[in-house]
Amino acid sequence: MTAKIEKVSIIVSKGSLEGIYPGLIMANGARAEGIEANLFFTFFGLDAIHKVRHEHIKLATVGNPGLHLATWAGGLPGVSSVMTHYLGRKMDQLDIPPIPEFIEMIADTGAGLYGCKASADLFGLTKSDLIDQVKDIITVGEFYDLAAGGQIIFT
Amino acid sequence: MPTMTCAGREITVNDEGFFTDPSQWTEDMAPQIASAEGIAELTDRHWQVIKFMRHEYEAKGTGPTVRALGKTSGVSVKELYQLFPKGPAKVAAKIAGIPKPRGCI
Repeated sequence: MTAKIEKVSIIVSKGSLEGIYPGLIMANGARAEGIEANLFFTFFGLDAIHKVRHEHIKLATVGNPGLHLATWAGGLPGVSSVMTHYLGRKMDQLDIPPIPEFIEMIADTGAGLYGCKASADLFGLTKSDLIDQVKDIITVGEFYDLAAGGQIIFT
Repeated sequence: MPTMTCAGREITVNDEGFFTDPSQWTEDMAPQIASAEGIAELTDRHWQVIKFMRHEYEAKGTGPTVRALGKTSGVSVKELYQLFPKGPAKVAAKIAGIPKPRGCI
């Protein structure tokens, strides 16, 4: 049998729906395999663990060629909301939880959730702005200490 | 196909150690498989999950993922990971003698 991955540290750097889910799915999947996992939220990725904003994460409908939608159409008022709602319904059918519920579940699996200090300072956020499951706001150096001995995945 | 001896009987398993024929499984095999997975003693809570896995497999032909277990087995996700630290769905499936559940969530 080939070598097994035993630990992953996943960085979530984007605040769009399609930017956040992959990191969450990888973290949750790692824990399901018995792999140690930590999540580090940086830049707009902080929205995923923001008490208020994580309820309103939207799909990017502009500058997203994968959507096969004309850029001008993606920019019309309400299009992002409608597409987000549509995708949310499809995800619900597949039992993929909404972001707040998913993050709570991932915390329950024992994965560590951390905010990035530089980004929190930049956006004027403190630990009280973030959901209770967040263990700490840490520096990049502390992140590397935490990630030692494992794989780092940037999303 | 590799084999292992469990409760005195010869069992066929796949490369990861999951039963290839779930009908070969009997309850008295569970403690031995669990111990190989680092679970020294199977409590009632472990058994609740193992029996649920078995039941779901028999009903649907596939074992539930951790998310489904957390929602329907009566054991929370947090407790599932306390009971089966190396991955609840995966380890409980192995102990229950069913194939590894396939699912991304």
